[in-house]
Amino acid sequence: MADEQPAITLYRLQACPYCERVVRTLDDQGLAYQSRFVEPMHSDRNVVKRVSGKRSVPAIVDDNTGVTMSESANIVEYLENTYGEGA
Amino acid sequence: MVDFDVVDLPDHDAPATGDTAPDFTRPLVNDEFWADASLSDLTDDGPVLLVFHTMAGAFPATYVWNELRDRGVPADVQAVGVSISSPYEHKAFLEERDVDARLFSDPAADVAADYDLEHDLDGMAGVTEHRPAVFLLDEERTVQYRWVADEWPDFPDYEELADALAGL
Repeated sequence: MADEQPAITLYRLQACPYCERVVRTLDDQGLAYQSRFVEPMHSDRNVVKRVSGKRSVPAIVDDNTGVTMSESANIVEYLENTYGEGA
Repeated sequence: MVDFDVVDLPDHDAPATGDTAPDFTRPLVNDEFWADASLSDLTDDGPVLLVFHTMAGAFPATYVWNELRDRGVPADVQAVGVSISSPYEHKAFLEERDVDARLFSDPAADVAADYDLEHDLDGMAGVTEHRPAVFLLDEERTVQYRWVADEWPDFPDYEELADALAGL
């Protein structure tokens, strides 16, 4: 399983607009990613806390760069700066 | 078990011992999150005990996982379930019932169709789920052991299954 997984993992919540914003940016940049869906209840998001330090989504883990990040605005900026045309 | 005839289920053409189990990709739910996964991803990592069962909440789903937990599944065999329950229901089920397994969510029962194990529920119009069945698969997705429900309800032959697990 591990050998074929995309380098970018997106922790997301179904129908979360901030998560969809990150998805749109990933798609715009043509980046492969795997989605891991968590539950609406913050207390049920230990996996997100463990990887990113907080329970908020979206959060991404980018194995290409070793970066882990939360907050959609930060993630979008990071993706554009790292993978965008100007990068 | 009871002193009257229980409902017989129809003939089926599910993968038999020696056949290759059809591959599929569905959200696979663990106790923390769900992500799309293929059956072949799992078998690439080692043997898989694939358990088709009723939706979460129906007692057979609870019974089969209780029984497997109490009897124990060898550590090198990945126990995974398949039902029509949503990922949210699966996650609650894993938590509430203390199930030590991962569960595929197949709400449209397309996987049941691929395995010829669709079960249309009487009295629940439009609801088709998975006929209870157990497949023990090796790393090539070859069926090493199979049990399929002949009656409704029906439960795996756990002794036979234990022998099959021991013989892997």
